[in-house]
Amino acid sequence: MSKTSLSQSKPDNSPKPKIQWGRLEEAEKFAEMVKLFRQGKLSRDDLRRFRLQHGAYGSRMTDDYSMIRIKIPAGEVYPEQLEKIAELSESFSIGNAHVSTRQNFQLHWVALEDVSEVMRGLAEIGLTSREACGNSVRNVMCSPLAGVCSGEVFDPTPYALSTAKFLLRNVMNQSLPRKFKINYTCCEKHGMARIVDIGLIPKSEEINGKLQNGFKIFLGGGLGAQSFVGHQLEDFTPEEDVLYTIIAVIRVYDRMGNRENMARNRMRYLVNEFGWEKFQNIVLKERMMVKLTQSVVVKLDLDKTPEVLRKVSISSELPSPPQGLSRWIKSNTMKQKQQGYSTAFITLESGDITASQLRAVADMAQEFSAEGRVRTGFAQDIVFRWVRDEDLPKLYARLLEVGLANPGALTMASVVGCSGTTSCNLALTNSHRLAKEVQRKFLEMNLDEDDDLRDSTIKISGCPNSCGQHEIATIGFYGGGGRVGKDMYPLYTMLLGGRADENSMLGITTTKVPAKRVIPVILKVIEIFKSEKRSGETLNSWIDRVAGGNGTQKVKSINDIKELLKPVVAPPTVEQDMDFYVDYGNDGSYHARTGRGECAA
Amino acid sequence: MCRLSKEKTTRITVNADTLRSEIRDKSVKVLDIRKEDDYKQGHIPGAINFPLSILLADDSPDKVLQYTESFGINDETSVVVYDDTFGALASRVAWTLQYIGHEDVSLLDITYGSWKKLGLETSLEVPSTSKKEHSIKLQPQILATADYLMPAKEKGAVLMDNRERLNFLENHIPGAINIPYRMLASSENILRPKDELKRMLQNRSILSDSEVITYCGSVGTLSGLGYYALKSIGIPNVKLYVRSFKEWKSLEKPIEKQQDANYWDLSAE
Repeated sequence: MSKTSLSQSKPDNSPKPKIQWGRLEEAEKFAEMVKLFRQGKLSRDDLRRFRLQHGAYGSRMTDDYSMIRIKIPAGEVYPEQLEKIAELSESFSIGNAHVSTRQNFQLHWVALEDVSEVMRGLAEIGLTSREACGNSVRNVMCSPLAGVCSGEVFDPTPYALSTAKFLLRNVMNQSLPRKFKINYTCCEKHGMARIVDIGLIPKSEEINGKLQNGFKIFLGGGLGAQSFVGHQLEDFTPEEDVLYTIIAVIRVYDRMGNRENMARNRMRYLVNEFGWEKFQNIVLKERMMVKLTQSVVVKLDLDKTPEVLRKVSISSELPSPPQGLSRWIKSNTMKQKQQGYSTAFITLESGDITASQLRAVADMAQEFSAEGRVRTGFAQDIVFRWVRDEDLPKLYARLLEVGLANPGALTMASVVGCSGTTSCNLALTNSHRLAKEVQRKFLEMNLDEDDDLRDSTIKISGCPNSCGQHEIATIGFYGGGGRVGKDMYPLYTMLLGGRADENSMLGITTTKVPAKRVIPVILKVIEIFKSEKRSGETLNSWIDRVAGGNGTQKVKSINDIKELLKPVVAPPTVEQDMDFYVDYGNDGSYHARTGRGECAA
Repeated sequence: MCRLSKEKTTRITVNADTLRSEIRDKSVKVLDIRKEDDYKQGHIPGAINFPLSILLADDSPDKVLQYTESFGINDETSVVVYDDTFGALASRVAWTLQYIGHEDVSLLDITYGSWKKLGLETSLEVPSTSKKEHSIKLQPQILATADYLMPAKEKGAVLMDNRERLNFLENHIPGAINIPYRMLASSENILRPKDELKRMLQNRSILSDSEVITYCGSVGTLSGLGYYALKSIGIPNVKLYVRSFKEWKSLEKPIEKQQDANYWDLSAE
């Protein structure tokens, strides 16, 4: 393949960001606050609150370094923004960026003194980290398939963007009892509407003979030490009521949410405490109040300018299909509802990507995507949409050149791992690395090609909090510590049968699995499934069946799976296997160590 | 006239247009610090190849003096140095010339790669040089040794580690601050604009009259760039710990590490 001809054909009509989320003066203010803190004129707690409001977490065991969370509303990110993130990661971070499960980009281990420089750079290209952490409305998510999904009623992207625009820096959102999450999805299948504070799924309904757009709105879901599935507010919420509803829910939560007990202050606990019907009533009454008391009609400011698709012309010819192409097309791409176009998912390892890979993604977005930009996904991934079907082989060839052509993105091999002990204060285990190890094993064994596993997921958190979303995985894990006599070892708890679609369900705690046995245990579960499955059954549906108490043969219930795993999870002594007592990425024996969590600060 | 030449000696970087006109006027000696093979495939017209490996094989003042004289550089010669490695190798050479007492040495403010990308002229011709006399006046005030570091730090000097962040977290000289070399450059130039560099130091509350000692992994290249970044914004008292962390480790001096975090596993490489 000729690289030069590709770059020559690079269109210069690359789209520019439409919304400026960032503000330079906030960067300047941040630099001032850090100086005041270093001079002893600002307390550590005051700085922490300010820092979190502006999207900078402390790092593991030190607040001299920050993790900066860059909000990507609706996951839409433009080539020049990707290039800037690459540059900032090289200058101020570790030369890598990270894609989070909530569509943010994260830069780790940034010196506290340089956070303002990163914010400055972000403002230059329209991005912000404001309200990405702290007790505010976090990044407003939108399915990466919105607009191209064959199952969607309409494209929710403009709604997600305008919701984000309305809430960013809005006074109602500056000091909530706790963080607040809003997700828009395209359809029942591709989103996580039921596991967030407010989840919205497009729906249309005939009202007075006219077809009207609106949403199914779910409230009070969320994952954490205690997880809940959201409740549907009403059958149909028409478009003009969407913003009133969001305002009403935030106001109710702001007024009634728990500000005392940090472990119980997410909105889902309020819903749980009141009971759904009472909470539902309060919200509906509040919405009435909001409607009556707003001085003007408050509506989402929707940008419905039709997307102008760019002409993509790639002149280079491939001499022959690159190796691995058909495997990649099968496991990383989806046909769009628009004929002739596909969406391609990039498989990352635990969401990590190097600066030079980010630049390559920016180039490829311009070369291959008719919308000229990419989206961040829900599974620590990056998504190219609007790729012509016939260009997929060339896109794959380009991805190969930069080490981004791994298969498995839309399969069980796409393992989610939170940051774990790589940077998080609360982590007990190196879940981040473990997720990478599991993914490598899956790809090595070609398990991404197994159709029985395709609709299953593996998600790993480094502690009982759910940043790795372990409760909604087919096989989920969260980290802890185990002990044999005096010797500690890294240990996970395994959950089975979680899912976040229309049949949303939280995983069932099944058994403890030592870190170094996680891979053998997953393989064993697959082996058991293969011997138990009915024809046409996938791992996901088999586990559902077993969890529902309808197992057959040897495995009647989840407890039977636990029994079968017993030999695999039994800990050896230190003398038998020293490596067992060492977590991934370490050379010394394991000790559970944590610092102060900031999620709830 | 005197004033002019004084200004000239204090310039840290030279831009491409100035260098091109100085090359035309034959008022400058240009040193190319890249590998010989790269040099042979094209270089800035008139540039003399001085691969860093040759300097590193023996960087004693006498040997450096020999090289300098063999390139036809006398005490008054204006010298401009460039490389294709962020300006770090060029910085190491420029610093070495300054250390033996050559005042008029500057860095080209872009890399050779950028020079080519701009479509500026290159040449395959190897210039002939005739030996010139050069004096030797060592400048110990720009050099830091291992023994110097801790006492200086106690008196308030800033230790600046210019390696990448992950290397710094893994191990560094106790009390050092980390300004990775990539932070010093802009997307076009080997050094950021002065106002940006100044702001970054102000963010760290480093005063312009502070003594700053730069170091990096092994031979003083990345920290050489750090040295010139600081000089470019007029910080008077800057020293290069030229033997850097490699020597520090081999002397088994104390080392600090960011403990209990697996930051390496965040890398996608």
